[in-house]
Amino acid sequence: MALRVDQQIISDWIPDGAKVLDLGCGNGSLLKHLQQRNITGYGLEIDNSKFAECIEAGVNVIQADLDEGLAQFADQSFDFVILSQTLQAIQRPDFLLQEIVRVGKNGIIGFPNFGHWQCRMQLALGGKMPVSKTLPNAWFETPNIHLCTIKDFENLCDDYQLNVLNRSIVNHNNKDSLGIRCLPNLFGQVAIYRVQKQYD
Amino acid sequence: MPESIPADSVGLVKPSTIHIDTPLQLDCGKTLPSYDLVYETYGSLNEDGSNAVLICHALSGDHHAAGYHAMEDRKPGWWDTAIGPGKAIDTNHFYVVCLNNLGGCKGSTGPNTINPETGELYGPDFPIVTVPDWVRSQAMLADQLGIQQWAAVIGGSLGGMQALQWSISLPERVRHAIVIAAAPKLSAQNIAFNEVARTAIKSDPDFHDGYYIKHNTLPRQGLGLARMLGHITYLSDEAMGEKFGRELRNGAIQYGYDVEFQIESYLRYQSTSFVERFDANTYLLMTKALDYFDPAQAFNDDLVATVKNIQAKSLIISFTSDWRFSPERSKEIVNAMLAAGKSVCYAEVEAHQGHDAFLMPIPRYLEIFGTYMQQIAAEGVK
Repeated sequence: MALRVDQQIISDWIPDGAKVLDLGCGNGSLLKHLQQRNITGYGLEIDNSKFAECIEAGVNVIQADLDEGLAQFADQSFDFVILSQTLQAIQRPDFLLQEIVRVGKNGIIGFPNFGHWQCRMQLALGGKMPVSKTLPNAWFETPNIHLCTIKDFENLCDDYQLNVLNRSIVNHNNKDSLGIRCLPNLFGQVAIYRVQKQYD
Repeated sequence: MPESIPADSVGLVKPSTIHIDTPLQLDCGKTLPSYDLVYETYGSLNEDGSNAVLICHALSGDHHAAGYHAMEDRKPGWWDTAIGPGKAIDTNHFYVVCLNNLGGCKGSTGPNTINPETGELYGPDFPIVTVPDWVRSQAMLADQLGIQQWAAVIGGSLGGMQALQWSISLPERVRHAIVIAAAPKLSAQNIAFNEVARTAIKSDPDFHDGYYIKHNTLPRQGLGLARMLGHITYLSDEAMGEKFGRELRNGAIQYGYDVEFQIESYLRYQSTSFVERFDANTYLLMTKALDYFDPAQAFNDDLVATVKNIQAKSLIISFTSDWRFSPERSKEIVNAMLAAGKSVCYAEVEAHQGHDAFLMPIPRYLEIFGTYMQQIAAEGVK
């Protein structure tokens, strides 16, 4: 199983032997990849259609609804809690974000940047809700109900006093560019953050 | 009746009986000096004994889990959907053992076998056995068969509770526990249903305090009622509606108290056929074993502490429409295992069949179950 661009970046941020919780683990590809470096943990997934693949990959997969939070897990019980490309499909992203930093010493959140210029163009000039490769559904049928931009996400982190320790903004080909570096919210397609709760 | 044995069946099978002379200390304080266990096996045990799986049966189950006893059999064993060559529990790889539990009525020592002390049937004097007692007796069978460690202990409902108990009581003897449609203990509602069933049996005038065989009779009415009630709790409203709806047997309402709706006829059929094949004292005993099941009791009601010593990897499966042991009950087990950092997978399978779903050929269920079993098989090869 080949890793997506964002998964590769996430993998690079996690040290060998860490304990992780992967929220919305899909077919378990990220966890399978991490296991090679003795990184263990659980994957949570609401849809069991890919469970056979998870089991084949030796991934501990648990059927769970992320909208219900992570009450089954104790505070700070994982080194990393990962939410990759799923934030936008959550009922209350703000609630889940707080759960992530409660349960994990580190939270890793990756999401499609709705501030990308193509999204802006589709709305500004086309007058229509943006549809893209990452967000292919029409507005009325999309599971992606809480889209946000890089700026929105960083504001939310500020509101909840989360420290951003790493940030990676890329496009789908994992290419960094001058544009992305200067104007990430305009040119970045995928944003990945590592955050921690601030304790004063 | 099979015209010919299907290719994915274990075929014609024969039960065996093992006599165990080691006395068994029961939770109730009594001791069984010796006992018989009837069991069936499918597939063959490999040289190092690493491919054995134990199937634990539920309330009204027995040792005949798969295949046929004779070409005249109307139906195969109770879990033929899951056991056989190429099936989820693949007998090409696994050596499958299934026994009739102690206290059962299909040949293992129980209420309708002879008490060696009196030379008469045990009847209601057979001691109440518990899930941990069963595990101890099953371990004796494993010893006799030369199985040090089960590749997996598997069961649904009360069978799932035995699988869980195995991994708690004898952690080093279980590599995987597959716990399907079970619960960590019964709820008050569960116990209430069992009590209604027991009351139905005990209040039958033919029950004679459990000595009905001495009186040459059977508590047919009571046991039949208990089965009717049980059957309602095994199915979902939706499954029953789909199967019977409000369909009438004779097309029109008769304004009388005879059987009119198809569901009434079905329940009566279930009840009369059950009475022919099952023993009332065993039914009472099995419901008690269910009521008493509560492994956390020995750990100050702390389920996390209860599962702490488990070494087995676990697969827990529940079904959306099961209201007897709902997904919430399975999640209690899963959450305790997560809190204890155990290796566990959990699937909540969409199914409309209710509690009975665990016996049904539901594609997603068998896919997850089968894939898990294949992983166990692959481990053995390494």
